[in-house]
Amino acid sequence: MLREIVRRLVATIPVMGVVAIAVFALLHVTPGDPAVIIAGDYATGEDIARVRTKLGLDKPFLTQVGIWLGGIARGDLGASIYSGLPVTTLIKQRAEATISLTLLAMLISIAVGVPVGVLAAWRRGSWLDRSVMIFAVSGFSMPTFWLGFVLVYVFAISAHWLPVQGFQSIERGLWPFLRHLILPAITLSVVYMALIARMTRASMLGVLGEDYIRTAFAKGLAPRRVLVRHALKNASLPVVTVIGIGFALLIGGAVVTESVFALPGLGRLTVDAIVRRDYPVIQGVILIVSGVYVLINLVVDVLYVVLDPRIKY
Amino acid sequence: MSHLSRRQFLVGATTTAAAVGMTAPRVHAQKKGGTIKFVPHADLKVLDPIATTAYITRNHAYMIYDTLFGTDATLAVKPQMVEKFASSSKGLRWSFTLREGLRFHDGQAVAAEDAVESLKRWSKRDPLGRLLAAHTARIAPVDRKTFTLELAEPFGLVLEALGKPSSNVPFIMPARLAATSENEPIKETIGSGPFRFVKDEWQPGNQVVYARNADYRPRAEKPSGSTGGKAVTLERVVWRYMPDHATASAALEAGEVDWWEHPPLDFVPRIEASSALTTFITDPRGTQGWIRPNHKHPPFNNKKARQALLSIVDQSKYLKAAIGVEKFYKTCPALFTCGGPFETAAGAPGTPDLDRARALVKESGYDGRPVVVLDPTDIALTHGAALVTRELLGQIGFNVDLQSMDWSSAVARRAKKEPPAQGGWNMLFTWWIASDVINPAVHAGISGAGDAAWFGWPESARIEELKLLWARATDPAKQKQLATEIQKVAYDEVLYVPFGQWVLPTAYRKAVSGVLEFPAPLFWNVSIG
Amino acid sequence: MASSVPSVNTELAVPVIAERLSRGGRLRRFSRRNPTLMLGAAVMALIVISGVSAPVWWTGDPLAMRPAERLQAPSAAHWFGSDNFGRDVYTRTLYGTRVSLVVGAAVALASLVVGTSLGLVIGFHRRLDAVMMRVMDGLMAIPAILLALALMALMKGSVRNVIIALVIPEIPRVIRVVRASVLSLREHTMVEGARALGARTPRILVRYVLPALMAPLIVQATYICASAILFEAYLSFLGAGTPPHIPSWGNIMAEGKTYVQLAFWIILFPGVFLALTVLAVNLIGDGLRETLDVRG
Repeated sequence: MLREIVRRLVATIPVMGVVAIAVFALLHVTPGDPAVIIAGDYATGEDIARVRTKLGLDKPFLTQVGIWLGGIARGDLGASIYSGLPVTTLIKQRAEATISLTLLAMLISIAVGVPVGVLAAWRRGSWLDRSVMIFAVSGFSMPTFWLGFVLVYVFAISAHWLPVQGFQSIERGLWPFLRHLILPAITLSVVYMALIARMTRASMLGVLGEDYIRTAFAKGLAPRRVLVRHALKNASLPVVTVIGIGFALLIGGAVVTESVFALPGLGRLTVDAIVRRDYPVIQGVILIVSGVYVLINLVVDVLYVVLDPRIKY
Repeated sequence: MSHLSRRQFLVGATTTAAAVGMTAPRVHAQKKGGTIKFVPHADLKVLDPIATTAYITRNHAYMIYDTLFGTDATLAVKPQMVEKFASSSKGLRWSFTLREGLRFHDGQAVAAEDAVESLKRWSKRDPLGRLLAAHTARIAPVDRKTFTLELAEPFGLVLEALGKPSSNVPFIMPARLAATSENEPIKETIGSGPFRFVKDEWQPGNQVVYARNADYRPRAEKPSGSTGGKAVTLERVVWRYMPDHATASAALEAGEVDWWEHPPLDFVPRIEASSALTTFITDPRGTQGWIRPNHKHPPFNNKKARQALLSIVDQSKYLKAAIGVEKFYKTCPALFTCGGPFETAAGAPGTPDLDRARALVKESGYDGRPVVVLDPTDIALTHGAALVTRELLGQIGFNVDLQSMDWSSAVARRAKKEPPAQGGWNMLFTWWIASDVINPAVHAGISGAGDAAWFGWPESARIEELKLLWARATDPAKQKQLATEIQKVAYDEVLYVPFGQWVLPTAYRKAVSGVLEFPAPLFWNVSIG
Repeated sequence: MASSVPSVNTELAVPVIAERLSRGGRLRRFSRRNPTLMLGAAVMALIVISGVSAPVWWTGDPLAMRPAERLQAPSAAHWFGSDNFGRDVYTRTLYGTRVSLVVGAAVALASLVVGTSLGLVIGFHRRLDAVMMRVMDGLMAIPAILLALALMALMKGSVRNVIIALVIPEIPRVIRVVRASVLSLREHTMVEGARALGARTPRILVRYVLPALMAPLIVQATYICASAILFEAYLSFLGAGTPPHIPSWGNIMAEGKTYVQLAFWIILFPGVFLALTVLAVNLIGDGLRETLDVRG
């Protein structure tokens, strides 16, 4: 088993390689030039050319790729073209907000989505089931930022219960941390929640129809026990898959949510960098985020084995 | 901007010495310490105040640097870092002596050499600086605290140049940093100003942090504009950039931030209605909006086409779309601002005449090629101006290609001298505060220097000639006459078209006090709580 | 941008539909068995009609600025209120339907066509398969919105470029689905039999593989359409979508986000339309999935 995990880990390297090169290529094939902004308002053509040379932007494409990849091998992702701060520093500054937001959102989604999906499956066809399904579909039809604004308007602006914006690090206390994160986390979780509820329901329905479940019920076991112990365990496989895939959704949503709630996270960092063509930052963040995504999927694969002993490698 | 007479120069030298004996100024009972959270109008990207005219960089620089002279609320130029100064030989030789106790943030004392090198670097970039440098024979330190400036020809704006309030401001930095080529950004942020830049806490795109410089020795006089004693009460200043105005507004109301630099005018009624908030006009002299055609490429390289543009601009239409709230704007034909010393309506266009404009377009021989209009959509006023322009140009027969982008991209694009089809542009929009357009010497748009001029690159030998005459004139009446003549030529050539004048209020919680009147937000004299 | 979709002749359509309904029969039975699909289709039809025939429904000029009427609450003069330039939100919302529908349909179609072609080719060539799947995995690891944003940053803002930027992240996902089917079908006896009879690969593809792919692909297409419509809104919200002078729900909301407290209607109505449309498309997808009995 361990060998399998290692094998899969190694397999991610070419994948990440593709990501790295794809991102690099995408950015450099482009019109739009950070050198112009850095060179300042009075720059002449020669000034701009000089800045480009300093930034290494005039070297041939493959050389630039090589330099960048070499840097990564040493753990150096380069420095922002604008602020001069190392990309790793920028990521470290912003990571806490995004990680906290994403984890909290994931927690809420699972905590609400799974039980709701189970309930809907158990009471299939009832009004409960119908309303859950409608809620689920509405959940991922709604634009995240729209929901965010509605929540801010109701809870922060009108009622003054929660802060409008900003992020408090957990170092400053759990309560302020949660207070600032709760609205953005709920906003972000709705889409995810809907997906998980649907998946759980569908998966549970499949399992509930199986013979051994009906046997369990016939034997007189308490419904809750049957549901949780047997059905859920077997139904959890696809759910875990969805969690893995949904992570990408979460990242996408985080980008927009961070903008609405002025959270100093990686999403906003990336958007700002993209608009200004801060290549090293864009490349660095996308690389890291993709890397995390790949890792999560690896974890999901491992969980598969744990949850379903039938799957052997 | 006032023009100091020779007598005033000498008076200035002596009163400064006397002022040291005065008691320290007292404003109101100010609470010491505290942190203020401020929402700036833009994100701080460039730290070098010589590399860009962007106001956000200028505002940042006011925090951590100091200047030789400052400009007060009446636009008078007064000494700041300078202890005494004198001019002799009919104003051709100037000597400046620095105050005692000035230190940089790294502990080094400020020396005359630092001032000289900083001025040299500044004068390579700034238009007024370049004008000064063109008239300067020599600038050099005499001893540790004194330096001299020797002019080759008479120049009436020496102090105005050294005390220039807005972009680019001649901030003083250590000589070793000022030695950096003007084509490269400086590497460190060391100044001698009342605040220090806390680099560790800088999060680009999110926040900038400044801490009180405990070693700063303010002057004894009361503060006024960038002159007087920069006595700091606050311990920390945090700039929190919020790209979303709704978020900033809600944060201000909820008390999560204390001071919002430029709330969009639609929010002002709401702010004024709130009992916890107040508004204040920090720069009553106002701001001027510009429509700038590109003189290098067709169709606006043709004078008739430009004059067609001039005859369709209806300032009230632009102001309504760009600014929106009437009590904050007014129409103004004066290129050197209404309310300024060189206000005049000479040469200004009459009421808009679409038929005449159409005729002019035909006469110009317009071939139907697309007119590239840059539309920065994230700035309400440029976006509004762009939309109105598109409508008007379309009505007189131009084929408009409206290109939407964000402000940073527009700034990058406007630098391109290539033809519009190859990444250039035909028309851009921008704005300048009054101090930046108040006279022909500082006004970036009044230039006929072609490729060396501000974006748009108009060519006019006559304008250059008149500018030089103006800079050398010492008689106020002559200056007024020359300025009027300049405006006539500027309108005839259509260097740019002003689309109106407005003031922008700033908004802060009532707990904040001591905000000074000045085009840039100043944090000394400000207290909270 | 002119969407050259012909306007629906509403006068003729209504009596025809009414007659069909009254005749009952197949339509009735169908809708009873597939409520999701019918609900989705009904809502979608309403939206498509309103968008396609926008000029009919008492709208004005979506670009006309009336600064004197800026930021007015919904009233008889402006059903959905007016925005910060005095433009009528109702008109812009209705015209915005066109952009969103065009983007959704185009992205779905394009990603399907390109993805299917590529997927078929990859599925049938072992060696190509190994390499390309690594590349696809790599591309799929990049969160779609970041990829789309980065792509938009390269290109000028326009509806065409938004479509391109949204298609590219979808292609690997479609290829995945197609390839999976192709791999399983390749070993299918029917295909082997055809091979044995001398049928060449392209013929096999068209006669056997494609039909089997139809159902899951169509379902996939609806989901792609829904997510494309949403993503266009996200891109416009972040300032990297359709250019502002073309009304799309995304950029109406983007311009309106400043006025959340002052003029909530600017965000409210396009948001509702957007949610309804995406909901309708999702319901159609779900309904099709049930009807065509598609798994996975």
